[in-house]
Amino acid sequence: MNPPPFRIKAYGPEAILLEWPEAVSEDILTDILSFSAYLREHCLEDAAWELVPIYHSLMLYKGSKIDLESFSRSLRKWFDQYPGPSRRPFQEWELPVCYDAEFGPDLEEVAERLEIETKELVRRHCAQAYRVYGIGFLPGFLYLGGVPDNLQVPRKETPRLKVARGSVGLASKQTGIYPQESPGGWNLIGRCPIPLFDPTREPPCFIAQGDTVRFRPVSKAEFDLHRIEAEVGVYDFKKKYGHAQG
Amino acid sequence: MLKVKKTGFYTTVQDRGRFGYRHLGVPVSGACDQVAAGRANSLLENDPDAALLEITMQGPELSFSEPTYIALSGAQMEVTLDGEVLAMEQVHRVEAGSELVCKRTQGGFRAYLAVKGGILTESVLGSRSYYPPVTPKRKLSLLMELPYEPAEAFEPKILKLSPSEFWKEEQLEAYPGPEYDLLSQKQREMLFATRFTLGKEHDRMACQLQEHLPGHLIRMITSATLPGTVQLTPAGRLIILLRDGQTTGGYPRVLQLASRSVSVLAQKHSADHVRFVSRAK
Repeated sequence: MNPPPFRIKAYGPEAILLEWPEAVSEDILTDILSFSAYLREHCLEDAAWELVPIYHSLMLYKGSKIDLESFSRSLRKWFDQYPGPSRRPFQEWELPVCYDAEFGPDLEEVAERLEIETKELVRRHCAQAYRVYGIGFLPGFLYLGGVPDNLQVPRKETPRLKVARGSVGLASKQTGIYPQESPGGWNLIGRCPIPLFDPTREPPCFIAQGDTVRFRPVSKAEFDLHRIEAEVGVYDFKKKYGHAQG
Repeated sequence: MLKVKKTGFYTTVQDRGRFGYRHLGVPVSGACDQVAAGRANSLLENDPDAALLEITMQGPELSFSEPTYIALSGAQMEVTLDGEVLAMEQVHRVEAGSELVCKRTQGGFRAYLAVKGGILTESVLGSRSYYPPVTPKRKLSLLMELPYEPAEAFEPKILKLSPSEFWKEEQLEAYPGPEYDLLSQKQREMLFATRFTLGKEHDRMACQLQEHLPGHLIRMITSATLPGTVQLTPAGRLIILLRDGQTTGGYPRVLQLASRSVSVLAQKHSADHVRFVSRAK
């Protein structure tokens, strides 16, 4: 039996944490998501199990007592049987973002810091596909990786008490969208009209771990159109903004 | 219908929680003191998943449009039904048109009011527990109406439970968290030797402790968190996540409370004291 690449840690009596080597890596993420799907499909029959994969770890929460020793043995056995990382059906999403000054109050300041024009800042932000390393913090908040060095600026010294829903932020190696109004310390450079979390849909979050997100600059008029579509619920993300990997 | 005449300080609809959406950033929510909520429901022989009211510090005033039975549990609270004082931990018959007045909670922080058959507000993602933006409501508002099924005849098997005072305990049972091993000897000793005081920042998401530990430079990649997770910030502040706590975090998870101790913690006020008691790995 090959030793698994993860460490098994107890996380209180009702949860177990699997930790892969500490790195932000697409290969590790793919392995975690593949093993997580394998556990879900073939090993963890009890529907109570909840699996939370993010970055280099996978939490398995049972909600009742876990026998660490025997469960660790099972995990090693399951990992041995698991066929290895598969090309999971990750989706590529393209989200519209309006970078007008009214939505991006920090756009100019960030551009100045990077010593570029705001136009170039928008170009760089949209040139990249960002991997979703996890969803957490708030419902529908995506942890996106892949911010290039030439886009990295520190978070704001004083966080804002109120950041509007849909705001697109930038802070050091992270970029992301505030899924709802909340306090926040990221530099705000635009706004996305598409709700990332909708409790009336199943699943409520159409983007999943492992997917990639790309931003597409849109005019205020197109932003308004999408926002209205979202409000009346006529949009169809899959048709409009996503396409399966070929 | 249960009509809200006065909202109280912070009254919410809660059940056991919202399961299966943690990986999308949705906290489990549900009654903060699951033990008390379970007692109120069991007195009425309700389904354990039945929704009830979680009352924080100052209780609401409510009127019942249909006959039913109710039970109260959790923090001590003076409650009158049409002027008559009601005992906690006991089944009471309620006539149509009755008015219930809840005063301040005493001793504990949260009281629970269960209705026969449960409160039948809309279930979102498998739960009635309030948590915006999953549910449109954050807490009860004036003149709101909460549906329930009228109950005419009910002969409870148990009329009364002996009062539970386990939440008066100061001790919280704690297991080592995933980053416990990264702590210094001094931090570990202080964690278990200090009598901590609950800070002012104290809600359904998290509560902070006033006493600090020595700070640290531990850097970690964001990972999953749970209700009852005790996080240590770089400045040495301890934050304990509760039922509405975020599902992931980047601070070292130094301890994990036993679920029973999360219920104990849910009954503490600001300035109350707690101690961590080590449970072996």
